[in-house]
Amino acid sequence: MTPALALAQQSAAVEVGSGSNAFLEGLVAALGAYLPMWALWLGAAVTGVAIVMGLISLIAMFSVWLERKVAGHIQCRYGPMYVGWHGWLQSIADGVKLLLKEDMIPRDADRVLFMLAPALVLAAIVAAMAAYPLAPGVFFADIDLGVFFVIAMSSMTTIGVVMAGWASNSKWTVFGAMREAAQVVAYEIPLGVALLVPVMVAGTLNMREASEMQSGWYGMGWFMFKNPFMLPAFVLYFIAALAETKRAPFDLPEAESELVAGFMTEYSGIRWSFFFMEEYAAMFLMSALAAVFFLGGFESPLTWAAGEFFGRELFVKGASGATELNLQAIPYHAVAGLTLLVKSFAGIFLMMWLRWTLPRVRVDQVMTMGYKYLTPLALVCAIGAALWEAGKQALLG
Amino acid sequence: MDATDKLFYGLVALGSLAALGACTFLAGGDGAAFALFAILVLGGSLVCIWERSVVRSAFCLIGTFGGTAGLFLLLGSDFLAMSQILIYVGGILALILFGVMLSPPDLTERKLPRVLAGLVAVGAGVAFVAAKVASTVNWVQAATLAEPEHATERIGVGFLAYDQYSIAFELAAIVLTVALVAAVYVARRRKVDLQEEGAQG
Repeated sequence: MTPALALAQQSAAVEVGSGSNAFLEGLVAALGAYLPMWALWLGAAVTGVAIVMGLISLIAMFSVWLERKVAGHIQCRYGPMYVGWHGWLQSIADGVKLLLKEDMIPRDADRVLFMLAPALVLAAIVAAMAAYPLAPGVFFADIDLGVFFVIAMSSMTTIGVVMAGWASNSKWTVFGAMREAAQVVAYEIPLGVALLVPVMVAGTLNMREASEMQSGWYGMGWFMFKNPFMLPAFVLYFIAALAETKRAPFDLPEAESELVAGFMTEYSGIRWSFFFMEEYAAMFLMSALAAVFFLGGFESPLTWAAGEFFGRELFVKGASGATELNLQAIPYHAVAGLTLLVKSFAGIFLMMWLRWTLPRVRVDQVMTMGYKYLTPLALVCAIGAALWEAGKQALLG
Repeated sequence: MDATDKLFYGLVALGSLAALGACTFLAGGDGAAFALFAILVLGGSLVCIWERSVVRSAFCLIGTFGGTAGLFLLLGSDFLAMSQILIYVGGILALILFGVMLSPPDLTERKLPRVLAGLVAVGAGVAFVAAKVASTVNWVQAATLAEPEHATERIGVGFLAYDQYSIAFELAAIVLTVALVAAVYVARRRKVDLQEEGAQG
């Protein structure tokens, strides 16, 4: 078992309601008399991981369809049209095809690492996904170090990609892996520093709390508008996130016109689809981080109105003193969850739009951009935002 | 994979199972979790010494670093655990791999020095840890200690919020920056060098 998977199981027990693991409590109430505690814990953990996996596959399936439609319409064609309405079942057909494909391991590959690499990549992204809050009161794991956790876990996918590239023992894959390693080391710094700007204003790394803090101005108190260094920090973050998720114009690790398929060249079938799921899940997570820390997270005028109308507390103390589910607040949580989902998919749409619009940059240009422009600019943003906030506190008290 | 390899991996697997069983028997779920992470750390470092291919050795460090992060998690130090993964797995290991990746996948080398080196390394490590633990831990007190509070959750904020550590923290940052700038300066090809190369070429 990889460490990431262990971490995922530790953190991904489905938690509903702040601080309490309602899912596990329900299990204990229903089955506590028949099963030992450790079996219940294990059951909760496995269910949590399974739900996160399901979420990732759904996101990947929808994103693949969206990508084909976006690509089609940008190139003045329709994209998939035959399988279901506007081809919406195409991804399911593709999924079945991938499952049935022969799973090949090259003769000269390093078998152990070749098989371990896709698992490591997927385990890391599953762990990272556990930090995604579904709604203000519904989440897998309410981690105090939310963003930090996501960034740390998604940095582990890099190692998986490098492992895949080296283990395949082919020139294309090794080049892809080296590009990935160099690119991620270069862009992790501007990514982190750009995210530091809203984190500094929020004073928390927790994604749910950060989103809550932007509820002012009828749901429009987004961090984006809080200080003049936020917009440049957002742009820098978005560029760095493109490089981090290997998306065009920074898709050098798989650059199909130069390296066949880069680090994935030797993979087929289900192992290949693991890399694909990781790519789309990583895009979704990076967009979700952008949505939570720059674009208001759950907050929008609609969310605000729903909150005013239906009430916000999902759990209330009942008459007997026990915690009860407040059914009235469910529409608010549904609207909030949908808001974040729409914002995240808007980020994904932007990434796709860029992919089918911009040409790929050269390797040296990627490095120049990361080290010479993005890193210093991100530092300037962070220092500027810190000074701005300090000055605001000094002047306004 | 030859006979010595099989023997080595068999021993590692047996040792891991024995440790897992013993820890679970002695301390229940906590013991099992500790044993899992400790096996990752120790197994990762043992295999790292044993493997002939330098890239495989580097990949074994995932287990070592990840297991250390897990141990930090068990101790309630979430921040340290995440930093461990972000810095060591995401940063330093990626750099190491970038350095060693162009080596060929199967290097052949005589076995004996590897075994000796492994024994010396393990022996030295065990001796050091044993001496350190025996001389510093107050066993009577340790048995009565309460569970650790989540004291280091906000360690990053703590570094900067309390005057105690901020100077040391910033000094460390400056030292790192100076080292980076110096490395870039040394690695940079100067105009004179380029002109000389041009004259030769």
